[in-house]
Amino acid sequence: MNIFSRHKNTVVLATVLLAQFLALAVQVKRQTADGPVRVIRLLAVSAISPFERLFIYSGSNIRGIWANYIDLRNVRHDNLRLKAESEQMRLDRAREQEDARQARRLQALLEFKEQWIDKTVAAQVIGTSGMETSRLLYIDKGSKDGIKADMAVITPNGVVGKILAVYGDTSQVLMINDPTSGVGATLVNSRLQGIAKGTPEGEIQLNYIMSDEPVQAGDMLITSGGDHVFPKGLTIGSVAKVNTGRSLFLEIKVKPIVELNRLEEVLVITEQKLRAPDTTGLGPIRASDILAQHLPGVPQTPAGMDPLHPGQPAAQSGTQPGTQPGTPAQNAPTVGGTAKAAATTAKPATAQAGTNTTNSQATKPQTTKQPTAGTTAGPTAAPKATGSKPATPKPIATKPASPNADGAKPKSAASEGAR
Amino acid sequence: MRATDLSYTSREQVEVYRFSWIVSIGLPLLMVGLQAYVPVRLHYFGVFDFGLLLTIFFAVSRRSQVSGTLTGAAIGMLQDGLTHSPFGLFGIAKTLVGYGASSIGIRIDVENPGSRFLLTFFFYGVHQAVFLAIQRELMGQQIHLNPGHEAGAAVANSLMAVFLFALLNRFKIRD
Repeated sequence: MNIFSRHKNTVVLATVLLAQFLALAVQVKRQTADGPVRVIRLLAVSAISPFERLFIYSGSNIRGIWANYIDLRNVRHDNLRLKAESEQMRLDRAREQEDARQARRLQALLEFKEQWIDKTVAAQVIGTSGMETSRLLYIDKGSKDGIKADMAVITPNGVVGKILAVYGDTSQVLMINDPTSGVGATLVNSRLQGIAKGTPEGEIQLNYIMSDEPVQAGDMLITSGGDHVFPKGLTIGSVAKVNTGRSLFLEIKVKPIVELNRLEEVLVITEQKLRAPDTTGLGPIRASDILAQHLPGVPQTPAGMDPLHPGQPAAQSGTQPGTQPGTPAQNAPTVGGTAKAAATTAKPATAQAGTNTTNSQATKPQTTKQPTAGTTAGPTAAPKATGSKPATPKPIATKPASPNADGAKPKSAASEGAR
Repeated sequence: MRATDLSYTSREQVEVYRFSWIVSIGLPLLMVGLQAYVPVRLHYFGVFDFGLLLTIFFAVSRRSQVSGTLTGAAIGMLQDGLTHSPFGLFGIAKTLVGYGASSIGIRIDVENPGSRFLLTFFFYGVHQAVFLAIQRELMGQQIHLNPGHEAGAAVANSLMAVFLFALLNRFKIRD
């Protein structure tokens, strides 16, 4: 008792610190090779494991001496049997790899769906975390307004972040320049995919791009849609600086298109839907045609040349001169879905999202007018537009190409598939 | 018996202050709220850590290590609540600052602007060092400090402390 009263200050300090350390250890999860683990568990295991290791080590050594030097009966027989098994497994593995490749191809053909922004809610930025180490915003919309965790937050210009926590009337937004955030990203020119992550300095860095890839300052970066938070095609920013360090990957600094320090209003994407392309009425189509609808088109070819067969005149393959086969824009009836979606034409996706509420099309920046169906009649006209043709197999893309609205350099479906 | 009485029976000039409960609770809430709101309009305002300044001010004014420890812990936890970091990150850093500032407060004169500037500069460094250590060692995050930025922030906070402490002196009540 005397000791406690004599060292009251130190005891209080130690108690308060210990309590907070324990609280922190309970909350924090450390990344390990097997996934995230709570620090308190890690500490407990670290404290106990040396003793366990000692027991295990001494036990296994004894067993090892017995098994490796004394008890070696039947080893030769087992060795032969295992060799035979190994050969059989190698054959099985090769066959399974081929099956897996085929499954991936079929999955790409059958399950390819597109994300559309259906509804957004406008919100006012009312605060920050107040700390430079934590890039958070508070907005004036919460669960009462239909906001939920992990919803994407954007502005008409591009991506801001995602909803981290939701309260009644407010929500917490984790900005894309926070070190703990990550956005699936695609470089528009090269179609290379990486992850845009925040840095402790509040900058954005594009990770996992191999150091031999051609990335240049000024290249635009858009969301890839792979993170299932942000719809595909929203602008993140542009490449500000590229460094080739000693690492396998490039160090790419990204300048966000949105001024994250000066945000006053944002849009929360409250509803986005996956829609499979509508292929009814097209008759039998080839797998390559389906892929061609969704992947960026091949580069523009000189007039009179067939883009599918460079060096041959266009007439040989039935494609008009100077056309791009099968960009989604040219096949609006097959992917349009609703009249509104089909009617929104030739605007960048994010600009439409900025119009605040429903049915803005974010993932299709390169929409153009469809001569018969897309701009006027909506989905019911789609079969009419294409279904009146004979049911014989035919290539879908024979209409004139239009430049992508986002300025993307066209790229062949084949090369995209190869990535 | 107070720690100050034990240590400074011979130093009559050491004064201990207290604050009304409204100030003790309202001021941290107000200042931390201000710190969260103002950067929306003035981005560079985010460099100030009012929670740290208040921790130092209360600690050196009350000159009690227990009080400094608890004040630092409370303000730090309040700031933790506004971030997405786990509770305790700012709490631990400010607990140590509160304890250290009150320990220094009973040994040196902290009433003149020069010593307040130096005191804040020093404790800003301590705060950031503890914060960095916890993030790296406990949370396993690869955080790198920008020394130039941190030095600038330390100076800015120290200058703010000189003005803020002069303003907050009005709330002191002599014990």
